[in-house]
Amino acid sequence: MPSLKSLRIRINSVKSTQKITKAMKTVAASKLRRAQEAAQAARPYAERMERMLASLAAGQAGNDNAPRLLNGTGRDQVHLLVVATADRGLCGAFNSSIARAARRKAQELLLAGKEVKILCVGRKGRDILRRDLAKHIVDSMEATKGKRLAFSDADGVKAKVMEMFEKGEFDICTIFYNHFRSAISQVVTEQQLIPAAVAGSEPVDLGGAAYEYEPDEEQILDRLLPRNLAVQIYRALLENQASEQGARMTAMDNATRNAGEMIKKLTLVYNRNRQAVITKELIEIISGAEAV
Amino acid sequence: MADKVTFELVSPERLLLATEADMVVVPGQEGDFGVLSGHQPVISMLRPGAVDIYEGERLVERIFVAGGFAEVSSDRLTVLVEEATAQKDVDQAALPRRIAELRERIEEAGEDEMLRQSLEARLAYLELMGESGQPH
Repeated sequence: MPSLKSLRIRINSVKSTQKITKAMKTVAASKLRRAQEAAQAARPYAERMERMLASLAAGQAGNDNAPRLLNGTGRDQVHLLVVATADRGLCGAFNSSIARAARRKAQELLLAGKEVKILCVGRKGRDILRRDLAKHIVDSMEATKGKRLAFSDADGVKAKVMEMFEKGEFDICTIFYNHFRSAISQVVTEQQLIPAAVAGSEPVDLGGAAYEYEPDEEQILDRLLPRNLAVQIYRALLENQASEQGARMTAMDNATRNAGEMIKKLTLVYNRNRQAVITKELIEIISGAEAV
Repeated sequence: MADKVTFELVSPERLLLATEADMVVVPGQEGDFGVLSGHQPVISMLRPGAVDIYEGERLVERIFVAGGFAEVSSDRLTVLVEEATAQKDVDQAALPRRIAELRERIEEAGEDEMLRQSLEARLAYLELMGESGQPH
């Protein structure tokens, strides 16, 4: 039977843990709100860019000289997996579920005889994947440099991807991230970045008129496609950020509740023991008095 | 007066401005062009320059952009930029120092063509704000 003192110490330690998890939950909730706002604010740019790209890409269909970012290299031998995770843990299965999806994909590709390269964005993903896919990891970077996720963070990832693409180091690029559905539900998503998947958005109906391009289509596409890449990465990172906070909120909520239950249980044991001790002392005193 | 044109200025991080105007002049790659209602659909690249918003004959707002894309369709003009500063927000006092800093970095960049180009574009953007930053 644990002593009363050790029980008291345990109850106190669980209580302070609960305080921490509660605080983390509150912080995650407010960060989640901000992350959601950021994701919402970024939507107009992505939408309009998609629309522009759709009308440009429509004009490029069947053109063999179209930019390689749009059409790919024509091979699918080397795959680059961009695995976007968080820099921090304590957010439930958030990081491990992304890593698991990436690992499964990597193994699938390896079995099919393809070559796999992994670019880790976010410290946690690297830590997890390093265990068994270490030799495939080409580089890793942190998800956010500053306090908030900025477009420049996504631009940094894009620069790295573009650099590798221009050197011909891979043919197909896919990004893994958690799509934010709600605070309790995040869905691991893989999205192909290169060649760009433009399908899905209809070009605007201009009522018979056609766009004029200034300068010409190729030049615009040359500039637009890398930007689109950055935008897609940015969007994935934003989704990820919201998902991370959502996952952390849920995880910390659970932790707080568990701590509460534990405190209740320990307090029960503590009280029972305390009463037992009192009863024992009483018996000792009474039987002592009777003996006199 | 004819119909107005809907003007939207968007950066990757958020929608910067959404307004209606009689005419908007944007700095296209091959020369500035004014967009009025009913303009021919155009997709154009932008060079660093000033976007001017007109209400009637009057210039109501001037925004400096560091290059980007413009899309005109029917009565709508969408400008996608990486960076934009409204004229009234330009910090004239800090400009010379920022320009000097950038010049130094261009010197240092040396061989790195990509970096130098992006820095030079940035320099052009800053210098532009200095030149035409004076209020009318």
